[in-house]
Amino acid sequence: MRKLALRDDILLQVEKPARYIGGEVNAVMKDKEQVAVRFAMCFPDVYEIGMSHLGIQIIYDMMNQFEDVWCERVYSPWVDLDQIMRKEKIPLFALESQDPVRDFDFLGITIQYEMCYTNILQILDLSGIPLLARDRGEQDPVVIGGGPCTYNPEPFCDFFDLIYVGEAETRYRELLDLYKEYKAGGWTRRKFLCRAALIPGIYVPSLYEVIYREDGTIRERIPLEEGIPQIIEKELVKDMTDTYYPLKPVVPFIQVTQDRVVLEIQRGCIRGCRFCQAGQIYRPVRERDVDTLKRYAVEMLKNTGHEEISLSSLSSSDYSRLPELLDYLIEKCGQEKINISLPSLRIDAFSLDVMNRVQDVKKSSLTFAPEAGSQRMRDIINKGLTEEVILEGARLAFEGGWTRVKLYFMLGLPMETQEDIREIAHLCNKIAALFYDTVPREKRNGRVQIVASTSFFIPKPFTPFQWAAQNTKEQFLEKAYLTRTSIAGELNQKSIKYNWHEADASVLEGVFARGDRRLNQVILRAYEKGCLYDAWSEYYRNDVWLSAFSECGVDPDFYTVRERADDEVFPWDFLDCGVSRAFLLREWHRSCRGEVTPNCKERCNGCGASRYGCGICTESGKGAQL
Amino acid sequence: MKVRIKFSKNGPLKFIGHLDVMRYFQKAIRRSSIPIAYSEGFNPHQIMSFASPLSVGHTSQGEYMDIEVTSFLGEDEMRERLQGVMAEGIEILKVRLLPAGAGNAMASVAAASYRVTFRPGISLPDHWQEKLAAFYEQEEIPVVKKTKKGEKEINLKESIYDLHIDTNPCPAVCMLLNASSGGNIRPSFVLERFFATLKWELPPYALMVHRLELYRREEERLVPLIWEK
Repeated sequence: MRKLALRDDILLQVEKPARYIGGEVNAVMKDKEQVAVRFAMCFPDVYEIGMSHLGIQIIYDMMNQFEDVWCERVYSPWVDLDQIMRKEKIPLFALESQDPVRDFDFLGITIQYEMCYTNILQILDLSGIPLLARDRGEQDPVVIGGGPCTYNPEPFCDFFDLIYVGEAETRYRELLDLYKEYKAGGWTRRKFLCRAALIPGIYVPSLYEVIYREDGTIRERIPLEEGIPQIIEKELVKDMTDTYYPLKPVVPFIQVTQDRVVLEIQRGCIRGCRFCQAGQIYRPVRERDVDTLKRYAVEMLKNTGHEEISLSSLSSSDYSRLPELLDYLIEKCGQEKINISLPSLRIDAFSLDVMNRVQDVKKSSLTFAPEAGSQRMRDIINKGLTEEVILEGARLAFEGGWTRVKLYFMLGLPMETQEDIREIAHLCNKIAALFYDTVPREKRNGRVQIVASTSFFIPKPFTPFQWAAQNTKEQFLEKAYLTRTSIAGELNQKSIKYNWHEADASVLEGVFARGDRRLNQVILRAYEKGCLYDAWSEYYRNDVWLSAFSECGVDPDFYTVRERADDEVFPWDFLDCGVSRAFLLREWHRSCRGEVTPNCKERCNGCGASRYGCGICTESGKGAQL
Repeated sequence: MKVRIKFSKNGPLKFIGHLDVMRYFQKAIRRSSIPIAYSEGFNPHQIMSFASPLSVGHTSQGEYMDIEVTSFLGEDEMRERLQGVMAEGIEILKVRLLPAGAGNAMASVAAASYRVTFRPGISLPDHWQEKLAAFYEQEEIPVVKKTKKGEKEINLKESIYDLHIDTNPCPAVCMLLNASSGGNIRPSFVLERFFATLKWELPPYALMVHRLELYRREEERLVPLIWEK
């Protein structure tokens, strides 16, 4: 029987002790004496969140297929256990072996959202690993970061030895082999890092120096070692079918956020919404073969026993073989009493028909993401969705018996006017009115429920809006107030409920999104002052963050409220995400003129991703390749 | 057809709560391809019921659940299939096809036996073993029990069917207690009451509780939920 790292009395006094015991179905156990490399893979948030992440499951499966590697999982101890571990000096451990993380060869941390940055420090701190990479020696694990936030790794780069930019399936084998050479050859850590810097996709922050101008922007980046690359290009899987996929994902004992089989049907998105980072950095769109997906679905359901399967992609409606895949799944799952969940579907006749076939008679709500209320604004953000399409989708839904509609909008988009915001209220009202026009009185069961939610727009690196100014907290709140009062002034206001996000955390997220290396000290200071779990609103302490900024002499406004000049050097410009800066700038200018850009299926717009020679870029009949 | 399954729960899995054990078995049964029956209706669920929830932190070698199957594969085949998809810590001990009309596991439970040990490092009051024996020897043990409706006074003695101390390999209190739906007595409750008479309070998490068996009543006798053939 495995021995746990935590004593029984500790596990009995913390919330959900099952977070810390490992031993789940499909968790991989190996003999530590028989492997050359031990890899601790961490999602720096609580177990239920981390266990719901597909990327870690892919990496876990891939690494454990390597005979010489044992990959284990690590998540953030919740605040109750965090305090006990500090008080009793219990080192952070990996779930499978329950061994201390500091005894591992690698600590990999996936960085999925900006508000987890203090949790990275918690992981290092509880592990007993020096927080700053420069203080680590040969005996410390190699700390490597990955995930979408590494498309601007500079705000947290001091905490990492290595950053893996792009998709993990391609280069880990090479890196692990290099590590074995380092250990066998008795190299210094520095020599290992210098050699790792030559592997494509691997960024070694400590080997570069950044020189700033007087105005605070970047003058240049200087490589400190000869021969290391100036530009680091993202890694990507060219063939989505011939690669790793976890057919035996770990099945948690406790209910997690994503408690189902996740079938990734494609990577990337054709749509090019200008606010969306994922739509750019995962280009080009690559589909997975439909027959492979069918086989995966059956095997994964069999191997996990999950009662639900979900399709995963940025825009499932754009998957070319979706009808065939869904027909197959509906038939299979119907026999086995398995639910199918379909996020990210465009609402149209096809998707409503599918939902009718997979959902029971109690109709759940339908979700639309117009993102903006006015057509002018939707053109600026290149959201290829017109009011007619939204209203037609809603009409079909109401005719099909749905009575609850969720609508997602953003506030604070570039060039937004008060009129654009009022249009959010008008659109909600039109949809409500449409219900009353469509559904005869005798068939209604009470009012239609329209739930409008707004989030605050945060410009992200590698999007056309990376040049745009972010709104201040005051502007955000004024806009939320205007949205609320506009909705209250509509005829059908009683049918419309309005939710908005908190503004403080959005400002901080914006600082980190486009931040530079000077933020490392601020994150460190905030952590030392007790900030942790910032993504959880009940633990987010804005006042402590503000004092951390002022103690470090860093002005948060520098990163958010400025509109950038076309030629400003950005902290993330040394990364090549596949999409060229020239394309993004062209898109920014088109956006300012309110011009829409067609999607990748309609026409190639020359974003730069065609150089990978895969996915949609190689499909014929998609217009001229620029 | 109704099938009764006996399983154990040991090691780290003692930290999995009852609801999660249910979820665990729902998934395990899917993995095992046992032809379980589903309820009718828009939201079909597996027909499965558990005898008696086990508290988080307790271990057991006498857990039971009943499932309804659409075809019966044989007791050994079912046990092997289920055992093949278990996580370390839960072991399928027995599978038994129930005769038609048998009561369900939960309604059948009348008593449970436990072996309770003390976490290492806890120093107990002097002569506690003799005093516990004397405590149990009393004709009547009036105690106040908290119920859903409030507090009521009961005679604890009536709910303790057996109590003795086993000293091998370390002192353990073995108890057979009422576990019926109306009169369930937790083993920790008995020991708390006892130590209270010594004016001594059990430290938190002092007890390690292991459930040995669940019993039903058959003609005034207590017999395990799965009987020997």
